Amino acid sequence: MSHYTLDAKRLMCPMPVIRTQDKVAELKTGDTLEVTCTDPGALNDIPAWCRINGHVVISSSEEKGEVIITVKVGEA
Amino acid sequence: MATTQRKAVALISGGLDSLLAAKAVMEQGVHVEGINFYTGFCVEGHTHAIRKKDKAKPKRNNALWVAEQLGIKLHIVDIIEEYKDVVINPSHGYGQHMNPCLDCKGFMVKKAHEWIQENNFDFIITGEVIGQRPMSQRKDTMPVIARESGAGDLLVRPLCAQHLPATLPEQEGWLDREQMFDFSGRTRKPQMALAESYGFEDYAQPAGGCCFLTDEKYSKKISDLWESRGVRDYELDDIMLLKVGRHIRPKKHFKIIIGREEGENNFLSGYRKMFASLKTTSHAGPLALLDSVNGELSDEDIQLAAQITARYSQGRTADKVEVEFTNKQGVSKLIEVTPMAPSKLDEAWHV
Ligand code: SF4
Repeated sequence: MSHYTLDAKRLMCPMPVIRTQDKVAELKTGDTLEVTCTDPGALNDIPAWCRINGHVVISSSEEKGEVIITVKVGEA
Repeated sequence: MATTQRKAVALISGGLDSLLAAKAVMEQGVHVEGINFYTGFCVEGHTHAIRKKDKAKPKRNNALWVAEQLGIKLHIVDIIEEYKDVVINPSHGYGQHMNPCLDCKGFMVKKAHEWIQENNFDFIITGEVIGQRPMSQRKDTMPVIARESGAGDLLVRPLCAQHLPATLPEQEGWLDREQMFDFSGRTRKPQMALAESYGFEDYAQPAGGCCFLTDEKYSKKISDLWESRGVRDYELDDIMLLKVGRHIRPKKHFKIIIGREEGENNFLSGYRKMFASLKTTSHAGPLALLDSVNGELSDEDIQLAAQITARYSQGRTADKVEVEFTNKQGVSKLIEVTPMAPSKLDEAWHV
């Protein structure tokens, strides 16, 4: 199980979701991915994408215009 | 022995029709997943994130919302680059504005067809309804989309299937035609009744189309961009910026993009390395980007742009307003201007 990071700053939704999706596709069940975005829409969209596709958001925060969401990869 | 469960991919725009079409096929025991194409022009996403006043009501992505209602996976595909050719050179031309709907639908179905081949799915579902949209959803254009996309009889439109020739899934008995529909025309009533029978509420009902290209003002801004640059082309940043701020072109070779509120100012400030910018310093005011065709701006141009920017600041009635000009390299200088009188601001400059 490994931890990865993804820089999705300055991208507007749904691009952060697409980048998250494409990165998660390369990872294994149990890996974690920390995504940093500047579009607050990601606070809704990434968790929604996770619920649909069987992944889990383990933390999310918003500070100084940056949104950080950590996703745990579910079963493929 | 149980027969193999058939698999279909549904084009999900986020609107009601694609929601119902996917549901109708799921009801027949088919495994359905959704696919959503991001062209850069989609109404879904960003604009609401840009404008601060909308922040109180969190914006949902309707394609994701639809997938969640249906309990299906959603694959979002970035087609920004390939889509340029659809917008710039549509073989079937444009609709009322810059919307190349027929080419667009054909292109999306073609991508979905490639996707089902790669992922071993059996057929494709769209929410098209005969007569619903003037350009792409007509009886005579339905076969055009099926043919030009290469999907042929693997393309199923459950909402109007009974008006169309039987597709392969119907011939093979994977789908029962009688359990699909015969909707046609612009009326939304049958869709609303079906939504109710399925128990869907709170679905999105976009007025125009699924994208900004059906918007008159947005389309004008694209034409202006192409005309002033002398080439029909764009980058993602260009089309994002067309959604933000006031666009004023006082001279053919440059335009000013002025933030209308804090959310837009913040968004525009992210572009300060790509464009020269102006910001009033003596009074509160907007951030303005200067988009010049060849990257050149004379002192006279900057002066003019500063007067216009000052006109949208708190100092609009002041004699003098101080404005900071910053070039792309980040070098700033202060200039003092008299805000432009509203009567001098030519209506024709507004893009
Ligand atoms: S409205 Fe836009 S996204 Fe929808 S079919 Fe027309 S061009 Fe394509």
